[in-house]
Amino acid sequence: MTLEAPHPPLADALAHLGKRLYPSLGAVSGLQRLSGGASQETWAFSFEGPGGPVPLILRRAPSARVSDLAAGLEAEAELLKLAHANGARVPNVRYVLTPADNCGRGFIMDRLEGETIPRKILRDAAFAGARTHLARDCGEALARIHRIEPSRLPDTLRAAPGSVRLAELNRTYANVGHPNPVFALALRWLAENMPKDPKELRLVHGDFRHGNLMIGPDGIRGVLDWELAHLGDPMEDLGWICVPSWRFGEIEKPVGGFGTHEELFAAYEAAGGGAVDPARVRFWEVFGALQWGLMCSGMAEIFRSGADGSVERAMIGRRASEVEIDLLDYIAPLTQGAAHAG
Amino acid sequence: MQDEPSAAEMLPAVARFLRDTVTTDHSAHTIFQARVAANAVDLAAREAQLTPRLNEEERVRLMKLLGHDGDLATQNRILADKLLDGSLSLATPGMKEHLWATSMAKLAVDQPSYASYRRALKRMQG
Repeated sequence: MTLEAPHPPLADALAHLGKRLYPSLGAVSGLQRLSGGASQETWAFSFEGPGGPVPLILRRAPSARVSDLAAGLEAEAELLKLAHANGARVPNVRYVLTPADNCGRGFIMDRLEGETIPRKILRDAAFAGARTHLARDCGEALARIHRIEPSRLPDTLRAAPGSVRLAELNRTYANVGHPNPVFALALRWLAENMPKDPKELRLVHGDFRHGNLMIGPDGIRGVLDWELAHLGDPMEDLGWICVPSWRFGEIEKPVGGFGTHEELFAAYEAAGGGAVDPARVRFWEVFGALQWGLMCSGMAEIFRSGADGSVERAMIGRRASEVEIDLLDYIAPLTQGAAHAG
Repeated sequence: MQDEPSAAEMLPAVARFLRDTVTTDHSAHTIFQARVAANAVDLAAREAQLTPRLNEEERVRLMKLLGHDGDLATQNRILADKLLDGSLSLATPGMKEHLWATSMAKLAVDQPSYASYRRALKRMQG
């Protein structure tokens, strides 16, 4: 590998790109890093246009990391286009970067207006109307994602049905290293209750939950963050949105704290997603709860290593115990008035 | 046995935040982090107050379940390994009660306002 010339500042590179793509548009404004880990970044910015600023998002991997990520972001752009063509609400992809653009690898898409903060979506009066149909919106959005013809999907997408995902979760538990009897019991339960992998794998979004759903008073405006998309069991997505950790106090409303299983399943089937198997969804709910619990447990090491020594990071580590209660509710439910030791 | 990181590990991060960030940066993000830091201090206080008794109760339960005594980390490692390989299970007498009691003890320190914890407390009290 040859050494690359250092990047020009991102704002300059974007301005250059803007002039070439949209000669009628002017300067870059409001460039701001939103989030992202070490390998992928999300930036908000606008091109100034005659009718006002055009709000956009840049998802990119700085070029030094290209080899780690091979087709990651290009595949993500491709999936967004396919989902859009299939009627799912997703941001419109405007442009996929090329090496000549000097912005790294990635793509530019529309920046949607709306809210992703769960407590606002679940409590603010502005979303009261949306809350009555968000569970159905989720069912419909997932059906449109899962209906995409698998032969049209990018061939770099990894195949990860339940058997592969469970092997990954076992490795994650072993790597975290902190002994957790409830998590161990849940891993055993998952192994004993794992449904057969489906004959035909479908596109699974992989992270369909609060934070990745742009929501307005009118409902879901866009499904974001396709980084974890894979070929798998579509029931995985239905289970993940029902994990108790995304209910934010609204524990009797399993779908994201805003709706019921029945609403989600009915809308999914009505939109052509196919028959829902509630037992399979339940498997994925337990799987998802444990997956989040292990992510929390993993925070202790990130905190200790100094990679992120913030109090916030440490406190997420101490949320693993919330997941223990949720897992026990699934696999060892209390009976009313049960005596308990201790 | 409480999860990680321990309050003892967390408090220096709170001190660092108070000393280095709060005094120089008053952005919305710092205000949010200040709330998190206050929660961490509350957690540390609960840990100091409750953990000695909760750990002792857990040690006694584990001794009954496993048939031998030991430090909590080792005992929990053994229990977790046996639950994973199936040699112990929910069919083991006392297991379900032990797991609930231990998770509830963690929540009493970590997040006593968690809705599923409140619901379980009510159910246990009948």
